[in-house]
Amino acid sequence: MAEPVQPILECEDLSISYLTRQGEIPAVVDFNLRVMPGEAVGLVGESGCGKSTVALAIMRYLGRNGRIAKGAIRFMGRDMAGMSEEELRQLRGSKIAMVYQEPMASLNPSLTIGRQLVEVPLYHEKVSQAEARQRAVRMLAAVKLPDPQRIMAAYPHQISGGQQQRVVIAMALLSNPSLLILDEPTTALDVTVEAGIVELIKEISARFGTSMLYISHNLGLIQETCDRITVMYSGEAAEVGSVREVFERMRHPYTRGLFSSIPLPGADKNTRPLVPIPGQLPLPHERPKGCWFGPRCAFFVEAKCGHGRVAMETVDPLTGHAARCRRWDEIDWEAAKPPVRAAEPAPLGPVVVEVDRLKKYYELGSVSLLGLVRGRTVRTVKANEQLDFAAREAETVAIVGESGCGKSTFAKVVMGLETATDGEIRLNGTDIAKLPVQDRPPETIRTLQMVFQNPFDTLNPSHTVGGQIARVVRRFGGESDPARIRERVFELLDLVKLPRAFYWRRPRQLSGGQKQRVGIARAFAGAPKVVVADEPVSALDVSVQAAVTQLLTEIQREKRTTLLFISHDLSLVRYLADRVVVMYLGQIMEQGTTDEVFNPPYHPYTEALLSAVPIADTRIRKKHIVLEGEIPSALRPPPGCPFQTRCHRKLGKICETEPPPRREFAPGHTILCHIAPEKLAAMDPVIVAAPEARHAAE
Amino acid sequence: MATLTRTDVPAAPSRLRSLFGALGLLRESPVAMIGAAIVLAWVIVALIAPLLPLHDPNQAIAPFKFPGAVGPKGDVFWLGTDHKGRDVLSRLIWGSQRVLVWATLATAVAYVVGMLMGVVAGYRGGWWDEAISFVANVLLSFPVMVLYLVIISRLGSSGANIVLAVTFASAPGIMRIVRGLVLDLKTRDYVHAAQTRGESSWYIMLVELLPNARGPLIVDACLRLGYTTITIATLGFLGLGLPPPDPDWGQMIAEAVPVGVFAAHAMVVPALAVSSLVLGFNLLADGLREISLKD
Repeated sequence: MAEPVQPILECEDLSISYLTRQGEIPAVVDFNLRVMPGEAVGLVGESGCGKSTVALAIMRYLGRNGRIAKGAIRFMGRDMAGMSEEELRQLRGSKIAMVYQEPMASLNPSLTIGRQLVEVPLYHEKVSQAEARQRAVRMLAAVKLPDPQRIMAAYPHQISGGQQQRVVIAMALLSNPSLLILDEPTTALDVTVEAGIVELIKEISARFGTSMLYISHNLGLIQETCDRITVMYSGEAAEVGSVREVFERMRHPYTRGLFSSIPLPGADKNTRPLVPIPGQLPLPHERPKGCWFGPRCAFFVEAKCGHGRVAMETVDPLTGHAARCRRWDEIDWEAAKPPVRAAEPAPLGPVVVEVDRLKKYYELGSVSLLGLVRGRTVRTVKANEQLDFAAREAETVAIVGESGCGKSTFAKVVMGLETATDGEIRLNGTDIAKLPVQDRPPETIRTLQMVFQNPFDTLNPSHTVGGQIARVVRRFGGESDPARIRERVFELLDLVKLPRAFYWRRPRQLSGGQKQRVGIARAFAGAPKVVVADEPVSALDVSVQAAVTQLLTEIQREKRTTLLFISHDLSLVRYLADRVVVMYLGQIMEQGTTDEVFNPPYHPYTEALLSAVPIADTRIRKKHIVLEGEIPSALRPPPGCPFQTRCHRKLGKICETEPPPRREFAPGHTILCHIAPEKLAAMDPVIVAAPEARHAAE
Repeated sequence: MATLTRTDVPAAPSRLRSLFGALGLLRESPVAMIGAAIVLAWVIVALIAPLLPLHDPNQAIAPFKFPGAVGPKGDVFWLGTDHKGRDVLSRLIWGSQRVLVWATLATAVAYVVGMLMGVVAGYRGGWWDEAISFVANVLLSFPVMVLYLVIISRLGSSGANIVLAVTFASAPGIMRIVRGLVLDLKTRDYVHAAQTRGESSWYIMLVELLPNARGPLIVDACLRLGYTTITIATLGFLGLGLPPPDPDWGQMIAEAVPVGVFAAHAMVVPALAVSSLVLGFNLLADGLREISLKD
């Protein structure tokens, strides 16, 4: 605060509207933002809060129906509203660069990466071809891509998603921009790959001094990458401040709601459950009078919060901490911690599902000419190799792994959409591994149901919600009387806490979370014994995620269902699961109870996974492990240990030649690794609460 | 969320209102409105034909009267009479009934066949797909007009044969559209959900998949109704259409051509009728596509 430095980017009282069928929709209202030189500012909020609209407005890519209704965007002191199309074109890509969520959408699939990179200096700085090329290669090396020359000659589809995103970042940096806008740059990537990109982003800001605007829904990522944070709610800034300040001394009930709905270390489904934010984000034309967060706020007082626009109030003038709350200094932030509702852990019953040496290979007929000449060359994808585990009644078994690890294939085999190549899956003692769903007896089908990942796909858009649940009741519930079936569907809607009027709604009238609830109601309609949940909340916003997770655990507890929870989200798994199975390239690397897996001894892969997960808690210290390289293709798995190509604790030759032994550390806790057991046991924990936090907890 | 839960039994919303809601969407596209108005006008005319005070369409009254001429009994021939002395207006209106009935019927039959082929090929895949696609490709490789001529010259001209000919010519195209849509739709989770609860293939194809393909199909059906109208008129013109003497637009044009010099109106009026109906269907299709893209 010493001398007045000119901000790189400044949004002042910015209001952005979209013109639609319903009239003019104010997407962003009175939004202020300031990015200083060298500073990284995080913009957080749930979907529909207007964070991407802000980014698009800065780039002036609002499209035909969007317009800046009020306020100004100033870039290095110049008002961007006054700039011509030509000036804007010069600015974009040279002074302001943007990195989007989908790397493949930012790269032209029909040009080599070299061509696309070289274009940037050629166009913006008019340098020679040779120099442009040289700079491109240097930049590829700077974003830590192995073998830049090879990448230059490659087409985008020939490199992996993580590498593509690095190329996009390299392209953005080539013109040496003053401002880099990152819109969810790692959302489409796996956690271990994400960790590498995050590392790179931090390095960039340190090395190039580039100012950054980092847009994300993930508070943990913001904490790792940013200096300051703006929390958005329903088109306005709810809270602004330094990351440390906002994370440790939040002064807006919405921010607090966000933090209580994410599974931080310490949360537990039995003793310290997540607290979802009730209600839904209001639509822009249905915003309430007074405080826009009011209807969902636990501290709402009609007399104080129910009228007029709430202004931003300064909490700490020194750090610039401000919150849009009239009661921020009245609320007792420490005492008003969410209530702890301790519940007894559900006692586990007998084993219900037993997976025994399960193998699933896919055979790909070669379509190449060479293959035809040689006769039938068949390549094998080993999607699942030697899966062994068991799940008991009322138990939640999480299957964790990154994309391509075979977890979804396993779900398909369990459900009978695919049949196993070898091995058994015993459901109450009967083997069903090789029975496709058409050949399974109705009772088996009823016993085994599934909750799907994508809320937009899980319901048939042509039929009413009630009709879709009723179909399951009719098939499995043994009911044929329409009135009784309708009564059952109403009960199921009650069970998932949806109003009964939803019976006649069409899926398009429902929000993502509501659709997912209907999906859960449908899965539980036939009173199944085992439910396979394939990433049931990964597509939902955090506050909704908490509510749906909560619902799933409640129903499970009540019905004593076995839950096979397939996920890539380790935070959620720690919160939810009783047992964890960690998979990599079709094999189980480690399995055990949640405590065993999340504490040493670790498999090196588990250790890396744990360290890669961003945690939105400033009091947590994490071990820093960033894996090299990419997940190998299941078509060409490496010999020896599947993890040897990326392992940070690789021993040497033995890992490359011999398959590792499976060692048992405790009954049911096994690790597949060459490293001597005592060395594994001597590992430090990855996640540690800082000392001061430990005191606070006790 | 808990506050939203109510245990009282709510009433089902009326179906009529949701139908009107769907029709209300038409208002968003002027093009669709114009198309719908033209088509609707013809449909209404065809429906109320028996109630109108018209001459018998097949009765010879007075040949070569111009539009507006007064007949022997003092009645007016608003659109004149043809070379055989038949009232053109009456023939036009009765003809509209005929063309609309057969075009709709032929398109509907083509759709049933094409959709079944498409949904089976798309959903079952493999051998089914190969076989059905092969049949479709063979049919598509036939010149359409030759196909019509072969069918109708072999089997004689009748309404049923027009339906047959149109089905042969259109079903492969419909099959391709449906197959493409189904290939995409069958990867959706709601289809997996149906599979995992052990639903039969027919249930999945007819209840889970086909209703979701309806958007593009409605647009295509409007276009195809236009094509079929042209086809029926062409066949009529060539003397292969619906058997005379009942009025048929294409046949009216054909009959009027040789005497066109004396009674141009008898040729122009039915030609305009064909064009307007086809235009109506095309505009409606265009407008519907525009509306569907807006969302």
